[in-house]
Amino acid sequence: MAAVDAVRPEATPRVAARGVGLGWSLAAAAFLLGSLVVGLSVGPVRIGPGSIVESVLSPIPFLHVHSPLDAVEHAVLWQLRAPRVVLAALVGGMLAVAGSAYQGVFRNPLADPYLLGVAGGAGLGATLAIVYGVASTGTDAIVPLAAFAGAIAAVVVTYALGRSAGAVRTTGALVLAGVTVATFTAAVQTFVQQRHTDVLQNVYSWLLGGFSTSTWRDVAIAAPYILASSLVLVLHRRVLDVLSLGDEEAASLGVDVARTRLVIVVVATLGTAAAVAVSGLIAFVGIIVPHTIRLLVSTSYRAVVPLSLVVGAGFLVLTDVLARTVLSPAELPIGVVTAFFGAPFFAVVLRTSRTMR
Amino acid sequence: MIELEDIQVRFGATTAVRALSLKAEAGEWVALIGPNGAGKTSALKALAGLVRFEGRIAVADRDVRRLSRRELARLVAFVPQKPETPPELTIAEYVLLGRTPYISPLGGERRSDLEAAARALQRLDLAGFAARRLGSLSGGELQRTVLARALAQEAPILLLDEPTTSLDLGRQQLVLELVDSLRGDGLIVVSTMHDLTLAGQFADRLLLLDQGAVVAEGAAAEVLSAPNVAAHYGASVRVVEDEGGGVFVLPVRTR
Repeated sequence: MAAVDAVRPEATPRVAARGVGLGWSLAAAAFLLGSLVVGLSVGPVRIGPGSIVESVLSPIPFLHVHSPLDAVEHAVLWQLRAPRVVLAALVGGMLAVAGSAYQGVFRNPLADPYLLGVAGGAGLGATLAIVYGVASTGTDAIVPLAAFAGAIAAVVVTYALGRSAGAVRTTGALVLAGVTVATFTAAVQTFVQQRHTDVLQNVYSWLLGGFSTSTWRDVAIAAPYILASSLVLVLHRRVLDVLSLGDEEAASLGVDVARTRLVIVVVATLGTAAAVAVSGLIAFVGIIVPHTIRLLVSTSYRAVVPLSLVVGAGFLVLTDVLARTVLSPAELPIGVVTAFFGAPFFAVVLRTSRTMR
Repeated sequence: MIELEDIQVRFGATTAVRALSLKAEAGEWVALIGPNGAGKTSALKALAGLVRFEGRIAVADRDVRRLSRRELARLVAFVPQKPETPPELTIAEYVLLGRTPYISPLGGERRSDLEAAARALQRLDLAGFAARRLGSLSGGELQRTVLARALAQEAPILLLDEPTTSLDLGRQQLVLELVDSLRGDGLIVVSTMHDLTLAGQFADRLLLLDQGAVVAEGAAAEVLSAPNVAAHYGASVRVVEDEGGGVFVLPVRTR
């Protein structure tokens, strides 16, 4: 026996849990960092990357770094651009990571974070707030709250409807329920909007999404939800790989499929609703970013989920730079920019869909 | 050891399995046979905890109803008839998914999990395949890989739903011989099987199901009689026994 073993010196196979390799981690981090620097430096007032770094370091004691910025530049950087860039990063990361999680949970490459009616509900909530609320309360601070509430309400209705149609075992009923709710909320939203053409512009610009009015307050509203949601989704990355074997096999491997699916959907929805509330509806990020990672890196959710978070953040920061510079001083709605680049990109993805899962 | 007592499985108004009782000891192979729709797969799924059932199932002297899903998955490994095999996954990654019952839901693999997966690959002669993608494998290699995933689960009971579907004759024998060799380690095998001759040659005991009920039980020579097959499969067969106790079920053209 020993002799037999001896002729197979490499008998022990190398088994490794493949996650995100070091190379891709560094590349994704560099992409995000680069995007942040570009986002902070580009604008009517140009601020060089070196000045930004010095300005970031200047409040730290004992480093003796002095900010080279004057008062106006300082205000532009920290009161206008920084909240905008940070919010775009948070929203982009959230939409991309939620998209990847939805695609895993529903085992459908076309699933995006708006699948269960988040967009329709948020749109309706925001429209109602703009039409009826802003005038009576005199502040537009209620718009994000109404959008958030509308998004959550829509998904709760979707889930209840899907469950009653037997969605516990199959996801098909849940997806159909999402389509139903999204269609209905869109109909009501359009009706309300057409009855109040005086606020059409406001409703429209909210729906198309953007960060032109972003403040630190928006960051404070959305960040807790987005950070908590992203963390939970990233922790579920291995379970998402198990779910890719289908409900039955995942269950036979000890996964409580219905509960896991519910947790992921609830968490992804909360984060998405918070993102939508402060940014409006930004299309395609939840689909293009995860699919790019699938094509370039790996189809395993261990890579797709964390990389979507980082790359999605950088992607939306860069998209926002385009949105505010292409027609400067006018701003393009960011949803137009993501869709303009997203649609052709997606055509390419579809052509190579052999590798899509 | 597993023990099924008076198992019933119902889907709405239809009863898929009725009054099924079964005992199997370590190292035993029991095959569930019967025509399409007889309830073989439902019985297997009840044992795997995948469908609701009435009655009592005990695995290693523990009532499965009192076990969590994870605990059950450490005792029972289930290979479905058509396993989902994402083509982009490597064999190593796929086999590691078999360690899920031992890995905390939000955690990652430990060294012991990597070692268990490596052992399973080695056991099924897949050591050189670890880095290959599932999409590049032939049907026989894929079936071995699925078995390796089940083996990585390190459960004392292995459930196989039609393990030889879509394999050619040679691969069918190969896979069944492989399963047979695993029994040496005390593995209990319960499988559903379409090919009666192969079922008779490999399983210690056959349970013939028809319309959810056990209609015959025992060694191949007792269960696989021409009248039995005619009555329950509606098939015309000749049964040939060889001197070594092997039973061959041969279809005979009637018209």
